[in-house]
Amino acid sequence: MPYSEDWIERYSRHIILSEVGGGGQQKIGNAKVLVLGVGGLGSPVALYLAAAGVGTLGIVDNDVVDLSNLQRQVLHTTPDIGRPKVESAAEKLQAINPDMTIKPYRELVTSANIMDIFKDYDIVVDGTDNFPTRFLVNDACVMAGKSLVHGAILRFDGQAFTVIPHEGPCYRCIFREPPPPGAVPNCSQAGILGAVAGIIGTIQATEVLKLILGKGKLLTGRLLILDALDMSFRETRIRKDPDCPICGQNPTITELTDYEWVC
Amino acid sequence: MSEFKVDDSLDLRGVLCPINFVKTKLKLEEMDTGDHLEVLLDEGDPIANVPRSVKEEGHMILKVDRPEGDYYRIVIKKS
Repeated sequence: MPYSEDWIERYSRHIILSEVGGGGQQKIGNAKVLVLGVGGLGSPVALYLAAAGVGTLGIVDNDVVDLSNLQRQVLHTTPDIGRPKVESAAEKLQAINPDMTIKPYRELVTSANIMDIFKDYDIVVDGTDNFPTRFLVNDACVMAGKSLVHGAILRFDGQAFTVIPHEGPCYRCIFREPPPPGAVPNCSQAGILGAVAGIIGTIQATEVLKLILGKGKLLTGRLLILDALDMSFRETRIRKDPDCPICGQNPTITELTDYEWVC
Repeated sequence: MSEFKVDDSLDLRGVLCPINFVKTKLKLEEMDTGDHLEVLLDEGDPIANVPRSVKEEGHMILKVDRPEGDYYRIVIKKS
């Protein structure tokens, strides 16, 4: 058998699944996934993808760990306060799975560097916390043809959505433009129940694994919306907008721009 | 057993559940449709679980027998 005993044992609960098997687990091992932000959403995403055996995981974050992060950003611990998040995250992820390659990028994604960071990855996970970056990430994924798994959270609410560029709708097919500066509160102003980040982040990680395996029905063309106070999910059908400024028939956005940072 | 050709075989005596099934499954993935795999399994949980899981994956159990001692021999036809 070409597989090592450790590999068989570590991934046995995956291999048992008829949708995974040895071949599927090898696909996971060959996958290259980029996680933008290792905070509330990025923590569970990266933890589950590392545990699942994703071969190459890029993590991008420019922040350092703050005491107020620890209520929801479960990759980081009290002794990590003051450390760069990518450094703290890389250490935990490598400890979970020593076989994987982790590439930390301690930077903000901007129109200047995003394409260069994206080029080595197949799938991008958006765990960022602001609209300017979210739109930039969507536009860059559409232009570069990278699959994007979007997630967002606020208070007790969350949403998730998967973009397969040109096959299905993109984030801009739903939300045309970022809201005007100051119109929408962010987590630091509005609050967030930490566990809600875990729910949405694990949905994003599940979407990534389904994408890698080519199994199941993705959140393409439907926005999944969580109300955790009511503990109910609902779905909104989304159509690809032929007039979408980035993925429509006559795109008006032909180069990447940085929107005004509102946080 | 002589009535079935055997293309490959695995001795999984002493291997616990579910790793015995995982190893059977990985071996079957390498084989061609219609090939026959012989597997030796302990009595108890292994012989109760592995053939059932193999069938759930769509393969066929051609034969189960107990040669001698405390183990079983099964022959699987890969679907």
